[in-house]
Amino acid sequence: MSTNGSVIRCSIDGKEYLAKAGKYINDVARENGVYIPTLCNVIGIHPQGACRICTITVNGRMMTACTTPVAEGMDIKTNTSELQDLRKSIVELMYVEGNHFCPACEKSGNCELQALAYRFQMMVSRFPYTFPKRKIDARNPKLVKNYNRCILCKRCIRAIKDEQGRSYFAFRKRGHKVEVGIDVDLGKFISDEVAQKAMDICPVGALIKKEQAFRIPIGKRKYDKTPIGADVESHHV
Amino acid sequence: MKPPIPEITDELEIGEQVYQVTMVEIVHGIIKKYGSNPTRLMDILIDIQSEFRYIPPLVLAEISKELNISNIDIEQTISFYHFFSTTPTGKYTVYLNNSAVAYMMGREEVAQTFEREVGCKFGEVSADGMIGLFSTSCIGMSDQEPAALINGKLFTRLTPFRVKEIVRDLKALKHIDEIIVEGLGDGANALPEVHSMVQNNIRKKGPILADGYKAGEALKKIVKMKPDDVIAEVKASNIRGRGGAGFPTGMKWEICRNSPGDEKYIFCNADEGEPGTFKDRVILTEYPKMLMEGMALAGYAVGAKEGILYVRHEYGYLQKHLEKVIEGGRKKNYLGKNICGREDFDFDIRIQFGAGSYVCGEESALIESAEGKRGEPRDRPPFPVESGYLGKPTIVNNVETLCSIVKVIVHGAQWYRSMGTKESSGTKVVSISGDCKYPGVYEIEWGFSVNDVLEMIGASDVQAVQVGGPSGTLIAPNEFNRTLSYTDLSTGGSIIIFGKHRDLLKDVVLNFTNFFIDESCGSCSTCRNIPIHLRTKLEKILNARGVDKDIQEMLEWAKILKASRCGLGQTAANPIVSSIKNFRPLYDQKIQHGKDFDSSFDMLKAVQESCDAVSRVPHVH
Repeated sequence: MSTNGSVIRCSIDGKEYLAKAGKYINDVARENGVYIPTLCNVIGIHPQGACRICTITVNGRMMTACTTPVAEGMDIKTNTSELQDLRKSIVELMYVEGNHFCPACEKSGNCELQALAYRFQMMVSRFPYTFPKRKIDARNPKLVKNYNRCILCKRCIRAIKDEQGRSYFAFRKRGHKVEVGIDVDLGKFISDEVAQKAMDICPVGALIKKEQAFRIPIGKRKYDKTPIGADVESHHV
Repeated sequence: MKPPIPEITDELEIGEQVYQVTMVEIVHGIIKKYGSNPTRLMDILIDIQSEFRYIPPLVLAEISKELNISNIDIEQTISFYHFFSTTPTGKYTVYLNNSAVAYMMGREEVAQTFEREVGCKFGEVSADGMIGLFSTSCIGMSDQEPAALINGKLFTRLTPFRVKEIVRDLKALKHIDEIIVEGLGDGANALPEVHSMVQNNIRKKGPILADGYKAGEALKKIVKMKPDDVIAEVKASNIRGRGGAGFPTGMKWEICRNSPGDEKYIFCNADEGEPGTFKDRVILTEYPKMLMEGMALAGYAVGAKEGILYVRHEYGYLQKHLEKVIEGGRKKNYLGKNICGREDFDFDIRIQFGAGSYVCGEESALIESAEGKRGEPRDRPPFPVESGYLGKPTIVNNVETLCSIVKVIVHGAQWYRSMGTKESSGTKVVSISGDCKYPGVYEIEWGFSVNDVLEMIGASDVQAVQVGGPSGTLIAPNEFNRTLSYTDLSTGGSIIIFGKHRDLLKDVVLNFTNFFIDESCGSCSTCRNIPIHLRTKLEKILNARGVDKDIQEMLEWAKILKASRCGLGQTAANPIVSSIKNFRPLYDQKIQHGKDFDSSFDMLKAVQESCDAVSRVPHVH
């Protein structure tokens, strides 16, 4: 095993790269212009392989790029047709798991799930729609939590805590019943700044800050004209 | 912040006010007992649940304040575990097993009798709040099903007649210990501290389960050895993990020993939850001293001072028994300080109970659970041997693995390797249940064929054998010459026999699929969703509406599960995939042949109701 910080050699899709040991594969790939789609990952926050979209193979074995550090001699494949179809199937799974009606969603155009669906040219999900009955929780003074749109990526759970490290957000229940709840008591004291951070960190429209809908007009949103991942890929040729 | 004692409003009756104040005092006492330590949240919740038979939402604010975590931090743990409830579960809480074997042995009739006698459905509490009826995944009693847990006590070999007697006694407010519908079980089950009707059913003993074990013999031997030599001996024995994953134990110990850190931990995984597995329950009952000795050995070898025995909730009836054994070990100086006179050898054990979750049997989920959190498996790397419990290097070994190592130390690696096969050395304790004359626990050498097993247990007219539980393989008679070993049919211990009269797809494959759906932690998008879609397809086929494409899609979709984080998710489609592979005719019999889609949809029938409502005649073009 290579110690953190030392330089190692690995191969990504057949090309050799030098990288610092201990860095996550996803970060190394991005720095070298290789885009691996991610959903639950946020750069700078401890990763948690929840969405599985960044699944790659390392020496033939499936791993998640966001949680696996690079090591000497790794043979990493990010772009096989099997992996691409796996990622597409996961996006499709998420569409049928909740209720995602893009035209009516405040996050449309800034939504990473929607952007990935475009990138994968998803027309209709291969899985049957489940149309679950989900609630909308608007009790929090600053945020609306729309359970229809939540993809359970845990970004808000991991990124947002109060000064004492207590959680505003957490998983409740388990399995297919799992949901992200907001702490009712602690949530009362959520600041505008933290509420905005929560909305921004949510890849979909599950957390919407109150009283500021459609601040950015449609047409000027992040993925309206540039596909997701294009920023990574344009760095290198 | 809420005040320490809930506000007493005028609407509350005086009795209710006193009750709430007392409740809060009790909760404070429990929290103090665990040093107001948030990593002991599981223990705190277990004590509260056992005190009130539910976790009153009222006490969340108290726990939150005392441990300085938010309400939702507590809720996430409570709502993860099957045996925690935030609504009352009755003065007596019945958890009836719903495993495939339980159904095979008559669960349906037993459940109906419970509902009739108690007067409520499963999932409900009787109107007077006395008896709650709930279903639960396999409780480790497959050789004596149908079985139920009632207030933590086990009731096995249930019949409608016995259920009537039990419910009558419960209604008469008898103490749960007084309600024993049959004599006490054999061996340690009859000890006053266990007092259980559970039977061991040990049918075949090998070197691990052999009589004449001398406690402390292995410890006295190793204190004269260097820890590295102990590890070398374990490595030389070639023993691999007995929980199912089969990782070489010696290598695990070596990596942990070499991982930097002053504090290290030894976990014993006694969370056997794979349906059909119960051999660890028998070891915990009859050989707990050997197990404790194995943990101490591991502690010596890797340099750990603390061991945690993680026991599944369902085996809570063994708590006093296990605690007594630990206490006895301390008195004999097999645990505690300066073990066996060796000055730098300190090691002690605490018991951590689970609260109902199969996925906690996965080593990193087990560690998360022991830290008071949801039992979600961790991303690896880092592996527990590098960063485990509280971020320290940690070994997690199965009950049987640790016991086997005691024997390896006493008799030597060479002796151990003389048993079994070249790649799979030693013996395996297996739990056998289902359609056979002698269900129970058998210790056999690796390399035993399935045919030999069937002969040994008295099974005839066998349609299929499930090796390794639902996450293993369902094999047909043409493969009964295959052998149990890490290189052929690997098993953590569960072997279930299905006779020719069983409906494999409905009674077994569907039941197993439901099990994986119930027990998924829900963290991975794949494991949370794919089994649900597979079940929909399977039900479609069972309802004779499936077509060939459905079978193809099930196989395709099953592959997606391989991208899940842990073994539960990766194997959740095994019942479906292995039954399609080995029992294809069963599927072919049910599907509509030569069709691309289900053509049984009847438009006229579908619109009939709405047409009736508006007095229109159905007319379909």
